[in-house]
Amino acid sequence: MFPWDQIVVQAINGIVNGMILALVASGLTLIFGIMDVVNFAHGELFMLGAYTGVLTLTATGNFWVALLAACVVIAVLGAVIQVVALRPLLGRDPLYTILATFGISLILQNWAFYKFGPVARRIQEPFTGNFPLFYLTYPWYRIVIAVLSAGIIGGLWLFMKYGKYGIWIRATTQDRIMASAMGIPVPLVHTVVFAIGAAMAAASGVLWGPMVGVNHAMGIDWTLKAFVVVVVGGMGNLGGSILAAIFISLLESFASIWMSPAQAVIVSFVALILTLLFRPTGLFVPTPK
Amino acid sequence: MMAPARDPLAPSMRGYWTGFVIVLGLLAIAPLVLPEFWRRFTTEILIWGLLAMSSDLLIGYTGMVSFGHSAFFGLGMYGAAAALLTVKPANLWLAILYGLVGAGLVAVFVAYFSTRLRDIYFSITTLVFSQIFYVVIFTWTDVTGGENGLTFRQPPLFQHAFTPVTLHWFVLAVVTLSYLALRRVTQSPFGMVLQSIRENEGRTRAVGYPVERYKIVAVLLSGLFAGLAGVLYAVQNKFAAPDFVLFLISGEVVIFNVMGGMGTLLGPIAGAAFFLILRETFSRFWTEFYLIPVGVIFTLMVIFLPQGLLGFLRRRLNQ
Repeated sequence: MFPWDQIVVQAINGIVNGMILALVASGLTLIFGIMDVVNFAHGELFMLGAYTGVLTLTATGNFWVALLAACVVIAVLGAVIQVVALRPLLGRDPLYTILATFGISLILQNWAFYKFGPVARRIQEPFTGNFPLFYLTYPWYRIVIAVLSAGIIGGLWLFMKYGKYGIWIRATTQDRIMASAMGIPVPLVHTVVFAIGAAMAAASGVLWGPMVGVNHAMGIDWTLKAFVVVVVGGMGNLGGSILAAIFISLLESFASIWMSPAQAVIVSFVALILTLLFRPTGLFVPTPK
Repeated sequence: MMAPARDPLAPSMRGYWTGFVIVLGLLAIAPLVLPEFWRRFTTEILIWGLLAMSSDLLIGYTGMVSFGHSAFFGLGMYGAAAALLTVKPANLWLAILYGLVGAGLVAVFVAYFSTRLRDIYFSITTLVFSQIFYVVIFTWTDVTGGENGLTFRQPPLFQHAFTPVTLHWFVLAVVTLSYLALRRVTQSPFGMVLQSIRENEGRTRAVGYPVERYKIVAVLLSGLFAGLAGVLYAVQNKFAAPDFVLFLISGEVVIFNVMGGMGTLLGPIAGAAFFLILRETFSRFWTEFYLIPVGVIFTLMVIFLPQGLLGFLRRRLNQ
């Protein structure tokens, strides 16, 4: 018999995972789109965000305070990274930014390992309600994460579209020199964009924390997944990477009906390769003329 | 058309070859005077140096930063393992052949897809490919041993079992020959086209060179030498493990290149030596957290010394 119930469950799973992945990837693509920086340390910011969440949660006991604190702390960390390591690289080949952020990811990951040890920490979800869904009880919390991620991404979109500083950011993306001539403080915009991207990674880290343990090595997976999504969606294209995140997560969810989750990753890699072969500019962008 | 004749006895060339012979001589007598630990350490530097040198053909000469060299290296290891486990008696040359075939096939496969892309897209594609091979090797437990990898016995060299000293000499010979071969490649007309792709891909294509084909051959060559390094590492350590296919190894290879100086061939070997010495030094005080100071040094070098340690010799090394 065709496993309809499994398909529905996996579709919901896929959308939930996809929304979190979209949140991670839109930070990455925002950073790439505006300053040509491929942020290899993005997963590490996700991981440190989750750890900040763990620490504030044990200190205050409030999940939402933890979420906010993680965003603020990691945004500041992101701003520091940008000023210290990436600003000197402006104007050099974008490949140097991969190298520099790769070095930073090594530092951050091993620092977290040094600081927090190998034992995974847990984040208690803010509420534990379930609802019945075919053969299992599905936690409401998962639905909440999807909605919250969508809310954050929607907020970013509104900010970019209508906010004064959002317009600054888009102007800087389009033409750095012209924006500068118009009086936009371009270096500051770069720093702020990196901070926003970092905060989005941190938010997804805290939101995702309750689903799995928080440990120092969790970032790598997310860096890779976000790369796949960003390339499939078309680099620097915000809408494309959101669609691609959901698409890739759905593919992986459906694949995991028939194979182990470790192998399901291959499906998304194959999707990436096919995209690169047939639509190298991205799956969800209009064909360039 | 004849290439312009290069007089090997011209003063600058003489300096180069004198240095070459001195370093080679020092490396050859190293195992006779060094204690056991450092002897092994030097051999390991040479193997990682060969891997780094192979990727320099792409990074330094063609301008394509590969983040997937662990796949070629790992396939070399598993290829050697396949030969040593299935064929009795164990044969070193067969191990090299299997390793090269494995790495070469993977390299062609990766090259076919990834060379259509440039810059960061190339890097990400190679990274993703190496992860595919990692996942396959990690989960295909029946054939690859999964997480535990494969262990085997060391093959003999001409009917004589390897001693640490002969192993070092063997590795040194392979690495030296590979260096001379890669040096020849980079100075050949083919290598000139690669460098012209690095400088200006559009113009190279406009002049009429089939850029994609050149790139595929470059990735293949690079993959073959990386696979050779994998075979040497497998023979030295008598095992093949999925950890060596993980992209962290590729990252280290890029670190070797940046630290030593891209586009010099010898620079990456120096970079590998520098990295391994740093790791050895820091892991005495910091145990497994040595990557924190090494990461700091690496990031600082990317910002302030993008030419690497041997970058100032770039012109002379490429004569």
